[in-house]
Amino acid sequence: MIWETVRLALLALRRNKLRSGLTMLGIVIGVAAVIAMVTVGQGSSRSVTDRVASLGTNVLSVRPDRGPGPGGVSVTRAFSLRDADALAELPVIGTLSPTVNSTQTVVAGGQNLSTTITGATSGYLVTGNWTLLRGRTFSPSEDRSGTAVCIIGETVRRALFGNSDPTGQQMRAGNVTCDVIGLLQAKGAGTFGQDQDDIVLMPIRTVQRRFLGNDNVNTISAALAPGVSAARGIREIQSLMRERRRIAVGEEDDFSVMDMAQLASILTGINAVLTGMLSSVAAVSLLVGGIGIMNIMLVSVTERTREIGIRLAVGAEGRQVLTQFLVEAVVLSLVGGIIGVAVGLALAFGASLYMAIPFAPQLYVVVLAFGFSALIGVVFGYFPARKAAALDPIDALRHE
Amino acid sequence: MSEPPLIELSDVSRTYGSGETEVRALNHVDLTIQKGEFVAIMGPSGSGKSTAMNTIGLLDRPSSGRFLFNGVEVQGLDRDRRALLRRHFLGFVFQGFNLLPRTSALENVELPLIYKGMPRAERIERARLALHKVGLEGRENHDSSQLSGGQQQRVAIARALVGEPMVILADEPTGNLDSHRSHEIMKLLQALNRDDGITIVMVTHEDDIAAYAGRLIVFTDGQVASDGPVPERTRA
Repeated sequence: MIWETVRLALLALRRNKLRSGLTMLGIVIGVAAVIAMVTVGQGSSRSVTDRVASLGTNVLSVRPDRGPGPGGVSVTRAFSLRDADALAELPVIGTLSPTVNSTQTVVAGGQNLSTTITGATSGYLVTGNWTLLRGRTFSPSEDRSGTAVCIIGETVRRALFGNSDPTGQQMRAGNVTCDVIGLLQAKGAGTFGQDQDDIVLMPIRTVQRRFLGNDNVNTISAALAPGVSAARGIREIQSLMRERRRIAVGEEDDFSVMDMAQLASILTGINAVLTGMLSSVAAVSLLVGGIGIMNIMLVSVTERTREIGIRLAVGAEGRQVLTQFLVEAVVLSLVGGIIGVAVGLALAFGASLYMAIPFAPQLYVVVLAFGFSALIGVVFGYFPARKAAALDPIDALRHE
Repeated sequence: MSEPPLIELSDVSRTYGSGETEVRALNHVDLTIQKGEFVAIMGPSGSGKSTAMNTIGLLDRPSSGRFLFNGVEVQGLDRDRRALLRRHFLGFVFQGFNLLPRTSALENVELPLIYKGMPRAERIERARLALHKVGLEGRENHDSSQLSGGQQQRVAIARALVGEPMVILADEPTGNLDSHRSHEIMKLLQALNRDDGITIVMVTHEDDIAAYAGRLIVFTDGQVASDGPVPERTRA
């Protein structure tokens, strides 16, 4: 009997294709929105975690902050290469690289690109978790001198050299002509969606002398020695830097040491809040879809009053009419749910391609959204169905 | 013991509303219909003939009095029990045909069998037979909108008889049809009554339609004004 009822419901829905379609649309949009939001949200959290991992989780980033200067004016005291050398002596530190940045236009073979030149040492490949695809890294003497050599990222290679091998070729950065000695393995988009492969590495001395004209160091990124905890690394770096920068006991640090794992958890947290917010908006649209179903079913009951009268006259019990209308509502919302799941996953898949994040479908969300749409069918279908079942057959038959 | 009458109303009243606005649609009616009869009910509007039909058709419930259907008291039955009786013993034909829209003739005829819980294959077989009986073979898959009024009423009759009812209740079955089609429908009903022994109770306004029946009951003011054999019966 229940199969019979489902078949009847499908027939009744097919008789009103347009209306059934429009009713389902509400549920489709609601379910699709929830699924897409949650899937994209999960994907971007995962991508944040992945990317931070690609930075190397045991990497600490040391930067100067504003601190009290002479005459009560707050100033930022930059690090120097000597600070980096001193930190490198610490046993807790495995590898480090001082870095500076300068934005320059790079030119080769008639092509040009505005990019950020990172002045660093060969240690940067370790702290930045980079792999060389071709060529070589800076030699120890290049690390120390201002030689015009550079290692480029995939984006720069594509812009300037197309698909050809850039190593051994020359390019011009600003007014400096440098030899390309290495090509980095592509990494893809970064934590904030930036293109990590849009990178040119040059020895830090070169960037300081030829572009910046000073000896300042912006950031020191330090990979900890194996087995050293982030907390211990931070403590030792802080005590050394306080000493070197002559910060009195009781005064605050005028620099900060940031742990990448910590950054990851902050970013993931922000992501979860955003996903939650967007999903609740999507859930509201699911609710609105449910009310749409109730509305249409009520209209349908009124419009089909005579049909209900006929059914009652030929011997349908109230319960059977109730079941029929309830099943119709549930079928509508379930079919809407199925389409919604498909559309939502497709949207999320498209978005994940576009945003270059992992596609992370969550079974529990699919099950939940699907179950919820069925529930909506029952809840919002019940009232109209009860109304239909309670009709008096004589009045119903007389209804115009 | 002799067989009980199929329908026996004794002292049946049906009132709507209460107090000053009370309307007495049936006023202490006594009426007996035997198995196999073909009864026409006539009367001006408001005379209670429709209420009598609805009561006999177990769509309505008397306010007072006794109603024995095939010897069983049914006046006190609730909605669902009355639905069960309609399902198994009654068939309806209405003035407005009352077919399900956008539904094939076959599916319309199947409808009562669905509620009887009959398996699909058997339903289709029976519905085909019923359509054949009313002369609509070959039209099984036509929508009601693709059928003429007379054909629609034939579908309705097929639907009424497919469940092998004891009674077919026809409420102005020819009210929406021209005279030629009306007579065709009446011939069909008469044949069902004569050949299959189905009891037919029919409400009509027209004398020549009533003439197909064997017995004529006239209602006025909620009471039976006259009751007797049809004087010059039309026999098809």
